[in-house]
Amino acid sequence: MKIEVRGLTKKFGSVQAVSGVSFTVKEGELLGLLGPSGSGKTTVLRLIAGLETPTGGDIYIDGKRVNDLSVQDRNIGFVFQHYALFKHLTVFENIAFGLKIKKWKPAEIKPRVAELLNLMSLDALEHRYPHQLSGGQRQRVAIARSLAPRPSVLLLDEPFGAVDAKVRQELREWLIRLHDRLNVTSLFVTHDQEEAMEVSGRIIVFSKGKLEQIGSPAEVYEEPATEFVARFIGAMNILEGQVLNGIVKIGSLEFPAPNISDHVHLQVGFRPYYVKVAEDPRRYRQPATLRHIYFLGVAYRLEIETGEGLILRSRMNKEEFRQYRLEVGQPVSFAVTHFRFLPQEGISFPSSTSSQLFDAGPLTP
Amino acid sequence: MIRRLFIGSVWFYFALLLIGPILYLAVQSFDEGIAAFWREVTKPEALHGFMLTLEITVIVLVMNLVFGTITALVLVRQHFAGRTVLSGLIDLPFSVSPVIAGFMLILLFGPETILGTFFGTLGVKVLFAMPAMVLATLFATFPFVVRELTPLLQTIGTDTEEAARTLGANEWQVFLKVTLPMLRWGFVYGATLTVARAIGEFGAVLVVSGNILMLTQTATLHIYQSYVDFNYVGANAVALTLLAVSFAILTVLELAKAKSAATVTSAN
Amino acid sequence: MTAHTLLQIALRSAAVGYVSLLILFPLAAIAHQSFIGGIDHFIEDISTPQASSALVLTLEAAFLTTVINAIFGTLSAIVLVRYEFPGRWFLNALVDLPFAIPTLVTGLMIAAIYGPTTILGMWLQEGNITLLYAKPGIVLAMLFVTMPFTIRSLQPVLMELEREQEEAAFSLGASSWTTFWKVTVPSVLPGLLTGVFLTFVRALGEFGSIVIVAGNIPMKTQVASVYVYGEIESYNPQGATSVSVFILLISFLVLVLLERLTRPPGERMPRWFRWSKRPLPMIHPSEIG
Repeated sequence: MKIEVRGLTKKFGSVQAVSGVSFTVKEGELLGLLGPSGSGKTTVLRLIAGLETPTGGDIYIDGKRVNDLSVQDRNIGFVFQHYALFKHLTVFENIAFGLKIKKWKPAEIKPRVAELLNLMSLDALEHRYPHQLSGGQRQRVAIARSLAPRPSVLLLDEPFGAVDAKVRQELREWLIRLHDRLNVTSLFVTHDQEEAMEVSGRIIVFSKGKLEQIGSPAEVYEEPATEFVARFIGAMNILEGQVLNGIVKIGSLEFPAPNISDHVHLQVGFRPYYVKVAEDPRRYRQPATLRHIYFLGVAYRLEIETGEGLILRSRMNKEEFRQYRLEVGQPVSFAVTHFRFLPQEGISFPSSTSSQLFDAGPLTP
Repeated sequence: MIRRLFIGSVWFYFALLLIGPILYLAVQSFDEGIAAFWREVTKPEALHGFMLTLEITVIVLVMNLVFGTITALVLVRQHFAGRTVLSGLIDLPFSVSPVIAGFMLILLFGPETILGTFFGTLGVKVLFAMPAMVLATLFATFPFVVRELTPLLQTIGTDTEEAARTLGANEWQVFLKVTLPMLRWGFVYGATLTVARAIGEFGAVLVVSGNILMLTQTATLHIYQSYVDFNYVGANAVALTLLAVSFAILTVLELAKAKSAATVTSAN
Repeated sequence: MTAHTLLQIALRSAAVGYVSLLILFPLAAIAHQSFIGGIDHFIEDISTPQASSALVLTLEAAFLTTVINAIFGTLSAIVLVRYEFPGRWFLNALVDLPFAIPTLVTGLMIAAIYGPTTILGMWLQEGNITLLYAKPGIVLAMLFVTMPFTIRSLQPVLMELEREQEEAAFSLGASSWTTFWKVTVPSVLPGLLTGVFLTFVRALGEFGSIVIVAGNIPMKTQVASVYVYGEIESYNPQGATSVSVFILLISFLVLVLLERLTRPPGERMPRWFRWSKRPLPMIHPSEIG
């Protein structure tokens, strides 16, 4: 079932938690709501569930407006961050809770719970109480409980926030597989960009109650629509400069900005892996000094300082690093191979879209 | 050395203040033999006192459970002007002397007051009768259930109740199937404390009851009457009975503590 | 207006109405009665020889009780938390007993064991010490009923006292002495103050046990609560009101002071004026008689 949200707004007293958000979750999709804490993403989820009443805007589930439907009647499954299991009930009773409320016959409840226990690999645990389970097990019970009454949509609030890193990774993979199998329309909230990238088909990035961008993980990463998205998703070098004669000059770095009028302030962004660094001072056009080397496991991150005191981050793969034998403090040369101007309020780029606009080739000869 | 001194002095303090007096009362009650003890405990005045205390305790317990739960829910779950004032008022009975509490009721329901006239025209006798005795006991015991439930409600939070709602449960089902079961240890504590206090309430009840023999004389009032009448054996015998009840209540409390510690704390 | 908000309003009205009827109205009644008399009458009433000596005696005995209880209560709490010894569990369970025993029974117990007819009483008499019908008896009764306060409010604080904080102080070069005064005492102090102040308030109002052990000789062993009772019995509501209001005022002042002293650093407003979504700090029932 698809979920559609139009102009959704929520105020808590004088605090604007969600302001005019519109998006659609397609049928069978697994969509991630990503944003820092306090960005309003959980509120959006709770509004869709009916746990909060919107101040403005409309919510549609399967094409039907549900604003005036109570949470009980929306037929949604909701998974809480801290599980919210019924501590006085066993695993079996927890999963059967919604079925009993919906007056299923005992003869139907038993096989349904058994099916879910099996699906969630909880078979031997049905008689345990929540406090006798591990964090990962509790979360699986919580998911089983929400799925038992066959909800039309599944809403998950930071579902892996309360478990440790290793279990979190397991649960992520497990959620992807579960979704592949059940194909229930799912919306999940997270503040972890890596988790959002890995789990979801599409991502919605949230900030301060506003929708910043919606797109596939690759789109959001490669073509951030706003400065916030650029800064929030992955590492990015961001510099600021003024346009003069179609060029933004920041220190000795030059970024061509054709068709933009003079004296406009622009932000230039480029990912660390677009900063090429070489040991040979003449290999690239720009000189710099190597300040720090960070080992990241899969690669190295270098921090270099230009003559004008700009600090830039670069990413270098292991083979290249081994070949150069770089040391902190030594002079290097570098070049920025790709960059983009970050969208800003009040500046309209010619034919501005979320696609790559001002990608520049290597500045080196 | 210091350790020994410390432990020794604590034992001494407890013996002097608690253990000694309790044991001695037990001995004294049987001063004139078991037969005398039994006679004192089973004479009509004593039995009437026990019955009246039991009646008041049951009424007060039910009232406290109902209104204590409502008040705790309102206090924790709702945010409104005057919430903090309400919270302060609830703690108040703990710092009011029982005699003063009883006196306040007399002032409130006296024959010349608005409430007194109102109930007078209705033909309901409040003072020197059951209603005032119940009110006095309610005043003294009201905080117990509320104050046991509020911290529990705070730690439980609203997640679990919301989870039940997302599964289709209506408000009443949420309350019966989720909220109440999670509060059960709070009820056990609150109820035992209420019962202990209700049985033992003396000052406030003495003031508002008029202490009428076979009519408004509770167990504690009967003890007082016997003591004033120099019937020490009678006073001690009934006192020892109440003491036994106190011990039973305390045991329930200790057992509940041990049991709830095993189930409540480890969850989540 | 949804059914949910209606239910909320209904519950709120029930709670506020019930608390008003039970607690606010009686309080208003005594305040009203006091206003009728006026401030002149109030001063006159509490300064009659009998009333003033009852008030002085009550304050004196309550103060003495508080001091003794603070010392032995602290000692007991430390011993019960820090030391492992035979009978610890037993003593720990006994602490709650004064909450469960009717105060009148407390009075009887003390009268029985320390009265003139017992061995202990006779022995005391030989040493020319009178407990019963004298000030020491009053203090003893107050000590009994208030015994759990200090112990029960200190115990959890002592148990949760983070060893790490002390260790952090050590690692920063603080001596054991400095650590004790600068780290341990400040973290235990709110608990101790709570226990001590509640003891005082409880002792001020004690009636059931004192009415038995004190003998209630006017000007000598009659405490305020017993005086109030006497005034009620002799149909003098004005005198009873003034002394009651005086005791109530002292109790409230002490509680306000306690709130001020134990307020977490950085918070300006007393908790009953604050308007926030933060959970209210509450007195736990185990701290209460």
